[in-house]
Amino acid sequence: MKLTLRIWRQRSADQPGEYQSHRLENVSPNLSLLEALDQLNEQLISAGERPVSFEHDCREGICGSCGFLVNGQAHGPRAATSVCQLYLREFNDGAVLTLDPWRAKAFPPIQDLMVDRSAFDRLIAAGGYCSTGTGQAPDGNALPVGREQATSAFSTATCIGCGACVASCRNASASLFVAAKLAHLGQLPQGQPERTSRADAMQRQMEAEGFGSCSSNLECEAVCPQEISADWISWMHRERRS
Amino acid sequence: MTKCMPDPRIPAGPLADAWRRTREGLPLISPLRKGQMDVLVVGTGLAGASAAATLAQQGYRVTVLSFHDSPRRAHSVAAQGGINAARSVAVDGDSVSRLFADTLKGGDFRAREAGCQRLAEISSGIIDQCVAQGVPFAREYGGSLATRSFGGALVSRTFYARGQTGQQLLYGAYQALMRQVELGPVQLLTRRDVLELITVDGVARGVVARHLLSGELEVHTARTVLLCTGGYSNVYFLSTNALKSNTSAIWRAHRKGALFANPCFTQIHPTCIPSGDVFQSKLTLMSESLRNDGRVWLPKNPGETRQPDAIPEEERDYFLERLYPTYGNMTPRDVASRRARELCNAGRGVGPGGRSVYLDLTDAIRAEGKDAIAARYGNLMTMYERISGDDPYKKPMRIYPAPHYTMGGLWVDYHLMSSIPGLFVLGEANYSEHGANRLGASALMQGLADGYFIAPSTVTAWLAGNPAQDVATDHPACREALESTRRRISQLINSAGSTPVDSFHRELGSVMIDRCGISRHADGLREGLEQVKALEERFEAEVRVPGEASGPNAELEKALRVKDFFGLAQLMLRDALAREESCGAHFREEHQSDEGEARRDDVNFAHIAAWEHNTNGEPIRHSEPLQFTALQPSTRSYK
Repeated sequence: MKLTLRIWRQRSADQPGEYQSHRLENVSPNLSLLEALDQLNEQLISAGERPVSFEHDCREGICGSCGFLVNGQAHGPRAATSVCQLYLREFNDGAVLTLDPWRAKAFPPIQDLMVDRSAFDRLIAAGGYCSTGTGQAPDGNALPVGREQATSAFSTATCIGCGACVASCRNASASLFVAAKLAHLGQLPQGQPERTSRADAMQRQMEAEGFGSCSSNLECEAVCPQEISADWISWMHRERRS
Repeated sequence: MTKCMPDPRIPAGPLADAWRRTREGLPLISPLRKGQMDVLVVGTGLAGASAAATLAQQGYRVTVLSFHDSPRRAHSVAAQGGINAARSVAVDGDSVSRLFADTLKGGDFRAREAGCQRLAEISSGIIDQCVAQGVPFAREYGGSLATRSFGGALVSRTFYARGQTGQQLLYGAYQALMRQVELGPVQLLTRRDVLELITVDGVARGVVARHLLSGELEVHTARTVLLCTGGYSNVYFLSTNALKSNTSAIWRAHRKGALFANPCFTQIHPTCIPSGDVFQSKLTLMSESLRNDGRVWLPKNPGETRQPDAIPEEERDYFLERLYPTYGNMTPRDVASRRARELCNAGRGVGPGGRSVYLDLTDAIRAEGKDAIAARYGNLMTMYERISGDDPYKKPMRIYPAPHYTMGGLWVDYHLMSSIPGLFVLGEANYSEHGANRLGASALMQGLADGYFIAPSTVTAWLAGNPAQDVATDHPACREALESTRRRISQLINSAGSTPVDSFHRELGSVMIDRCGISRHADGLREGLEQVKALEERFEAEVRVPGEASGPNAELEKALRVKDFFGLAQLMLRDALAREESCGAHFREEHQSDEGEARRDDVNFAHIAAWEHNTNGEPIRHSEPLQFTALQPSTRSYK
């Protein structure tokens, strides 16, 4: 099939960016969009041009490295899918795809489609853990966890930290990311001792990083590759002490 | 200069409890003194993150280097099926000694029994540790931990979190690591590619890393260095590994004197989504836990053209069930992979190019309902549908073997120290308990055993016994390592060619999977060696690395990695050629029984091959004999 990729090109944060269009004349519909970018990059390199920078690694939707807007939608049109799992058979022959990086104050641009998401690590460092050390663990069966409770905790723990929720929110809020972590640990007995202090610390850090407040548009839920429910954001708002 | 084989420091006395006895005999360091000692950890997968968090908790100052933007991206995140542990309360007959025996037997008697025993003893504590961190393992209705069975085992000892166990265990370790970042003892340096090891007076004291955004080369020094950098399946280009997984850190250490053990022991995983287009960048694994409920089959007639559901039961060959009645679809990975390849080579395969076999869940869906299967494997089913475009609930999945895990790695002793004093190697990067073949759900177990429980004791013992001065970053050894790294980079940047790196990597992969994949023979290995040498020469003359050494340059990163893969590939071929036997994942066509089963040679090859780099000629093969006291080598049989 034929494909036109209209890509945001920006050499660095302090230089202006612009769209550049590139045409792929013969690309297999069985490739992922990232593989189409690989193919484009081989063309660019052979032609002596600078290849397109984009984050990626596992290419099976679990590492959370990849992510950009495809025609304005985070991770593209397919639900519950990160962009590495988006296959060209989803698009019509001759389609024009506009690719933009995540745009959020807390995610400074790096190059082309790459942005700096280290704010997410600082959110976790602020309290997204159980304060237990190696060698201090009781028997794993000492505290029973009901199957439904375990399943629900797991469903929030699946967040891959890609940042699509932030990129799709008009306030660039990290509410879904933070709520998911609070809900993961807050639903398990191991997370109870620090439940309130964790909620306080992570929400404070979210503000400090420059993420906005929840816009209540639920775009975050719609684009989340792991389909984490935005209901957890309302749940989070009840978790805070003050 | 040829070195002798270092002492593997295997504990004397009875196997059981040997680790506890060893640990209790190791010297300690006061928490106050630990605060003045720095430790360098390279890699943030299960092994690296767990080791760094634990060493920091003990009081060390830990510097952690990762080439990712966040520690949470490490490829451990992609492990699907589960983690093995022998729980003392198991009622299906499982025990520490059975997990020990399964590991040793699964590895085809090419691992140290003391190491396998230690792993089995530690396994249960790993589950407790992860539960305490809030890892949401699957639970029974009553609230206790759920388990499932896995390939190569007759008991149910695999703990899991749906099909995302690696992700959940990694996040547990990552969160523990980020807690230590917040508390202060861990300095986390992301987007750093480690390109060289620094040794001072023969002792590992630091690394040279390239900052992947600025392109600057940095020197990091410490009292000791831990490499937790994963495996090298990407030597095959198409593998289940993440695209950036690489061999560079361990390969550079090997060139600095660390022995490389059994590099040819690489595991090909039977259940992957097959390849199609030339620009396909990776093969995606489907957890082999699917083999619990899925039946593997091929049409009996070569050249079958009907859709799978139109092929009647009597015209199907459930070949694993037929060949291995006891284990059936649960035969270990190497056996299942080899059988699939043989039948596809015989023209019985299905799908594009006849390079796949069916994995059929129809019976399980009929028996338990779609919802039960979806609850167990939901994310895998969705992933398959996305990639292949087919609905696995309606049509059997097509699978084919793909490189997945490398048992080979840097030689380490019982303390996980390489042949370079002060250099520890953890997780998939080392050669340890998996022998010639790793059992399913044992990689997570080993990575976390190394990181949470073994290295924290043995690293302390090393530091207690080897007081040292700090190494200044402008020490001659650091300057020299920095200079040689700079030269390597400028050679690549200044190469006058016009061919992109990936093109060479693709060619290397195709040679390696053909010559040194599921099945190997002497002529093919010799030819492979010549092919790789020729390809490396072409790479040096014809590669194009665009851009500059400063600033982000993904092509330069790839070029540095592929250059190291060329060296490793040659060592793998040599190792496969020298090992004149079939064992585990290493199948030499010359060494098989009349029924086509592997023929191991315990008289001549019951040893770990450990290769020494030789600057002036061919690498030198050393060997560490393996002794078996608790379990005598037997022929692996899964019939």
